[in-house]
Amino acid sequence: MGYPYSHEREVPIISKYFGDPEARTLKGCKARGGYEALEKALKMSPENVVEIVKASGLRGRGGAGFPTGLKWSFMPKDRSKPHYLLCNADESEPGTFKDRELLRWVPHQLIEGCVIGAYAMGAEHVYIYCRGEFFEATQVLAKAVEDAYEAGILGDDVLGSGQKIDVTVFAGAGAYICGEETGLMNSLEGRRGEPRVKPPFPAAVGAFGMPTTINNVETLAAIPHIVENGAEWYRQWGSEKSPGTKLFCVSGHVKRPGNYELPLGFPLKDLIYDVCGGMIGDRALKAVIPGGSSVPFLSAEEAEDCALCYEGVIEAGSMLGCASVIVMDENTDIVHQVMRMASFYAHESCGQCTPCREGTAWVTTILKRILDGRGTEDDLDTLIEVTEQMTGTTICVLSDSVAAPVQSSIQKFRDEYLALIRRGERVGAA
Amino acid sequence: MAKKTSKGGDAQIEEVTLTIDGQEVTVPEGTTLLQAAQGVGTEVPHYCYHPGLSSPAMCRLCLVEVEGAPKLLASCTTTVAEGQVVLTQSEEATRMRRGVLEFYLLNHPLDCPICDQSGECDLQDYVFAEGREHGRGRDAKRVLGRDDFGGDVLFYGDRCVMCTRCVRFMDEIEENPLLTVVERGNRSVIDTFFEEGLDQAAWGGNVVDICPVGALVSKDFLHKARAWDLEHTPSICPNCSQGCNIELHTRDNLVHRMKPRANLEVNGHWICDYGRGRYEWLNRGDRLEAPVMFTESGNRAMGWKAALEALKARIDDVAEHSVKAIVSPFWSNEDLGAVARLVESLGGGVVFRSPQADEEIPLSGYEGLARRKGLAPNERGAELLGCVRVGDKAGQGGVDDFADHEGVVLVLGDSLDDQLERFAPNAALVVYLGAYTSSALASADFQFPVTTFAEQEGTFTNHVGRVQRFWPALKGPGAARPAWLVLGALLAALQDEEGPSRAEQAFSLVVDSVESYEGLSYESIGAGGGPTGEPVPLAGD
Repeated sequence: MGYPYSHEREVPIISKYFGDPEARTLKGCKARGGYEALEKALKMSPENVVEIVKASGLRGRGGAGFPTGLKWSFMPKDRSKPHYLLCNADESEPGTFKDRELLRWVPHQLIEGCVIGAYAMGAEHVYIYCRGEFFEATQVLAKAVEDAYEAGILGDDVLGSGQKIDVTVFAGAGAYICGEETGLMNSLEGRRGEPRVKPPFPAAVGAFGMPTTINNVETLAAIPHIVENGAEWYRQWGSEKSPGTKLFCVSGHVKRPGNYELPLGFPLKDLIYDVCGGMIGDRALKAVIPGGSSVPFLSAEEAEDCALCYEGVIEAGSMLGCASVIVMDENTDIVHQVMRMASFYAHESCGQCTPCREGTAWVTTILKRILDGRGTEDDLDTLIEVTEQMTGTTICVLSDSVAAPVQSSIQKFRDEYLALIRRGERVGAA
Repeated sequence: MAKKTSKGGDAQIEEVTLTIDGQEVTVPEGTTLLQAAQGVGTEVPHYCYHPGLSSPAMCRLCLVEVEGAPKLLASCTTTVAEGQVVLTQSEEATRMRRGVLEFYLLNHPLDCPICDQSGECDLQDYVFAEGREHGRGRDAKRVLGRDDFGGDVLFYGDRCVMCTRCVRFMDEIEENPLLTVVERGNRSVIDTFFEEGLDQAAWGGNVVDICPVGALVSKDFLHKARAWDLEHTPSICPNCSQGCNIELHTRDNLVHRMKPRANLEVNGHWICDYGRGRYEWLNRGDRLEAPVMFTESGNRAMGWKAALEALKARIDDVAEHSVKAIVSPFWSNEDLGAVARLVESLGGGVVFRSPQADEEIPLSGYEGLARRKGLAPNERGAELLGCVRVGDKAGQGGVDDFADHEGVVLVLGDSLDDQLERFAPNAALVVYLGAYTSSALASADFQFPVTTFAEQEGTFTNHVGRVQRFWPALKGPGAARPAWLVLGALLAALQDEEGPSRAEQAFSLVVDSVESYEGLSYESIGAGGGPTGEPVPLAGD
């Protein structure tokens, strides 16, 4: 099933039961093969599970694309301290809505992935940190966790294996920065949601000061399938460097926006014109943001030959991020869109680091002034320089996230800025 | 946290050699790049880093280039590595720091002309050293206004650079988190919790000292003086027996404020609000200004030479030489030592009175630092010099036996304000060496004006027996001289010798006469002070 739309070119693995209310229940999930992978994993050694994930080439689906198996192998083997697995369900990147659907429709798939991951890393406790605004998703997940405890899947004796694994669902208070892994840990501990200085890295000093691994929902949701079917099976899709399938969240000016699970390396052009049914009103494409609002814009020409895998999007001039494809047609006011993104980041900056605290707000102010017709050409140089000063100078990458859309839009759509500056008039109707 | 650590640790600390701006330097493992750079004389600009606090690496001003690192590193948290090549002044590092400074000025009100921090402001200094010549901000600035944080602390939100030193001080050092950051992004602001403020703190004044800009200022000092007009003199806090190292900040021969002076052995970077707030007595106006001799026709002022000759003649005249002396523990070792020597040569004994508090006020995050019960700076010095404690907790009473004494009575410093009648009426000779006029001693045979500790060089011995130097910050009034100089001259005249003419000589006389001071000299104890022999608890503690 697809939700809300599906397409024959999709490869539904983790999204197979989207829109199927029965798959939410433990009974329905088991009828669909749920928890078989866990039983299989528990018969393997933890090292073996890590090896399979490593061999599958699965990369973190939260945005950075770090190899998951490698991340798991960083966890210290010394079990004298408690180890933690955190599941990052604080999906807040503008344009991203894949984790919400995974939580809503297939919560047991995530729980199974969490338990396998915890087993592989020797973690006795898993925290699933849900975005504060995900009321429904959090409730569904909490119910699923309750059922899993009742069925003996969680608790002191996981499926009779003697293994103790607990899962706690934790609701955040709705802050973008708590989706940054160390900001999430601070929030989980009851502190201000502020990213921590690294090193030390979470695998050494993470949540509650203990060795910790943090994975995205979509990453953990793929784990049961990889363990069940093997690394080679997973590698049949995607490319050498980006194996497997990925959920693409398409929004913007396309006829059928939504989540589509496609093999990595899928052509961006086909995603827009075939899978999503083309542009609304068959208008011309102006720009695409391929990976959520924190990555550079792709112009229509750059989008032409872009392959949607980690290396392919970099080649095209942007980043895959969490594969949130925002499509903009010819009527889009790019400057207005950039201003909206910048004001989002200014609102969500935690305020620790000066370049981010002051820079995000400054960039927003300048962009608003340009939109009001009070900008100057100097402002464009200032924007470029200010965003350069915000790149690589802070603890986390939130301030870099503002730089990407601002710099790429000025490079690729300078004329729109100049038109606003020179004539004080807006291009579109946004 | 800069806590006291034992010097004789077993752990072997490895040395690391690296290059900073072309200079090779060897430092212990675990040193941060910022500290290593300070070692070669390079100050990397910083706000959030403070040597007495944790480093959150959030001000992003201390960025330096390290060869091989993909981006600039915060030098306050990055530790040294063997063979590392650090460039604090590379084009990239200075460009980025200039950028960060521009961000700081974006919403800064630039109200330096009415800001108390002006002249000792890290924002002024860094922008002058590394900042842009012209700002590019064209838009309206954020306005946060002023807030009363309680205690002696005022908060000017617009000047704040959000380094959170104040929040961390209250959290980590006073361990009473009364300050916090509210909101986020550029709406972040330091605040107290509702109506609870720093009036509930006992060490809250330190947040003013560690604030790198004029965001937290002292109400007491508000608009009193410009920083560049103040002279800074290293001194010792006179308000308890802890012996915190301080600076006296003076202008026009008046003390305007007291600031802590870092000494990790005694007070770290901190002083308490109790001590900080009590400096006004150093500016008292009711001073003795000239030597005075009591005659039949009333008090007669005279010069030092004539006064000392007259006193010597009187001492030679009196039949009963035995001395009963009372001294104040607010006077230096040198002064008290001179009294002790005089009493020794003439025979007799010395007592002292000292105010005591009921409770200590410890700084919980800094071991060994507290406002002590003993509220005088040199109680220990008085005890080591053989003076006997008398009187009550208020530093009063205990001197009734002086009434019957028929020999010589000598008073140093203690103005005997609790004595309503004429002091020692039966004594053959009463000599008062004091800073302030005293009604009980108004008809003493001799009243000699002496300087306070703030007006002379000398030493105090703190509660654990650490001898610490102070320097003259003020000029004494009129003919006032240090007591050791006056008494030394008298003793020299009586014994036909040469008296000390410098404080250092007076100190060496103390060293010669007190066993536990053996081996100490001004040179050996330096500006940080040095310990005497085995520390023993004070009788009053």
